[in-house]
Amino acid sequence: MVKNTLNVGRISEGFVLDHIQAGRSMDIYKYLHLDKLDCCVAIIKNAKSSKMGKKDIMKIECPIDFMDLDILGFIDHNITVNIVQDEKVVDKKCLRLPNEIRNVIRCKNPRCITSIEQELDHVFVLTDPENEIYRCKYCEQKYDGRLRRR
Amino acid sequence: MRHLMSPLDFSVEELEKLMNLAGDIEANPEKYAHVCAGKKLATLFYEPSTRTRLSHEAAMLNLGGSILGFSSADSSSAAKGESVADTIRTISCYADICAMRHPKEGAALVASAHSGIPVINAGDGGHQHPTQTLTDMLTIRTLKGRLDNMTIGLCGDLKFGRTVHSLIHALVRYPNVKFVLISPEELKIPSYIRKDVLDRQNIEYEEVVRLEDALPKLDILYMTRVQKERFFNEEDYVRMKDFYILDSKKMELASHDMYVLHPLPRVNEISVEVDKDPRAAYFKQAQYGVYIRMALIMTLLNIEV
Repeated sequence: MVKNTLNVGRISEGFVLDHIQAGRSMDIYKYLHLDKLDCCVAIIKNAKSSKMGKKDIMKIECPIDFMDLDILGFIDHNITVNIVQDEKVVDKKCLRLPNEIRNVIRCKNPRCITSIEQELDHVFVLTDPENEIYRCKYCEQKYDGRLRRR
Repeated sequence: MRHLMSPLDFSVEELEKLMNLAGDIEANPEKYAHVCAGKKLATLFYEPSTRTRLSHEAAMLNLGGSILGFSSADSSSAAKGESVADTIRTISCYADICAMRHPKEGAALVASAHSGIPVINAGDGGHQHPTQTLTDMLTIRTLKGRLDNMTIGLCGDLKFGRTVHSLIHALVRYPNVKFVLISPEELKIPSYIRKDVLDRQNIEYEEVVRLEDALPKLDILYMTRVQKERFFNEEDYVRMKDFYILDSKKMELASHDMYVLHPLPRVNEISVEVDKDPRAAYFKQAQYGVYIRMALIMTLLNIEV
């Protein structure tokens, strides 16, 4: 092994997520529910980056229609998503803020109906794209949690 | 099928139509006395409310319809742990339209997603109370003949008062509406209204502490009650509750056609002596609340005369 390099093999089909803010890859692992999928995942933490200093990279081997990547746009829309087929990058997906996110973050307002209603989806709606503000669909409380890029 | 969740659910044009219908109902009540014959309104009140429940029920009875419902969560299946979604699915089998009040914010929206009948949000916690806003708008429009070109004073608890927040949201859609926000420092309008609504839309407003300073400029004075349940300690509440008391002497500072509105119930903020003043419009406002709810029920049930 060459000093300061780490080789991770190519994937035949799936995604390579690049330019992840260093240290956030495990959050993404969690919110993409990768723990529940029977697929090969490589996580590279604190890789050197000329642009970012340090970054995380993820390689996910799975059918490309298998995963909803909208949530990545919510967590950090600066992530580069490379779509791989036959071991080649065939497309780069531009992330955008999703208009709606469902069951990813929870409303923390104790007065919100989501606090008592059984089996109610937690839905947040993008109400101000310019300032990247999401509000609970039910009580309109602003989301000010720590999931998004800091 | 249409529901009413927020006063902004209706466009300005639709509101105009709704208020015109309410005006015709006021002028010709007999014409509308049987238009809802055979229809039922369910009032699902998970928390007590005298005015709002009775006003919806009066509206339906005035239209020749009938009513059923409950007036507290204890007397409903909610006490057994039934979800809002299940309750509304069941009620949809019994009634043609429903008005729901619930202490949790967004409850009416959940109901509307599972309902087979139109749902009127009759108050969901501190979130929305659209029929109160429609009432306020109809009252202003009837008394002043317009909703535009107006200076409106909002006085009292501007921090927690949802009627004030809703009214601002609804009125900024009309041209040349100015606000004078009258409150003690501790109860000033929250920044999400000041910045996100007023500043963003370049609406003219000023914030003052003394009611006397504002009165001469106003076309409408909207008084609110300081609500005890909003305070964490009794001392703060006692200090704030009588901060503003509108009396006959202060009314002398106002113009002859500045009407006084209040969503009621009133406590000390309007002295009883003001009731005799022809500009005291808060009880008329309660009457307009019935007319607008009649118009709303007809509109949501697609009943035309």
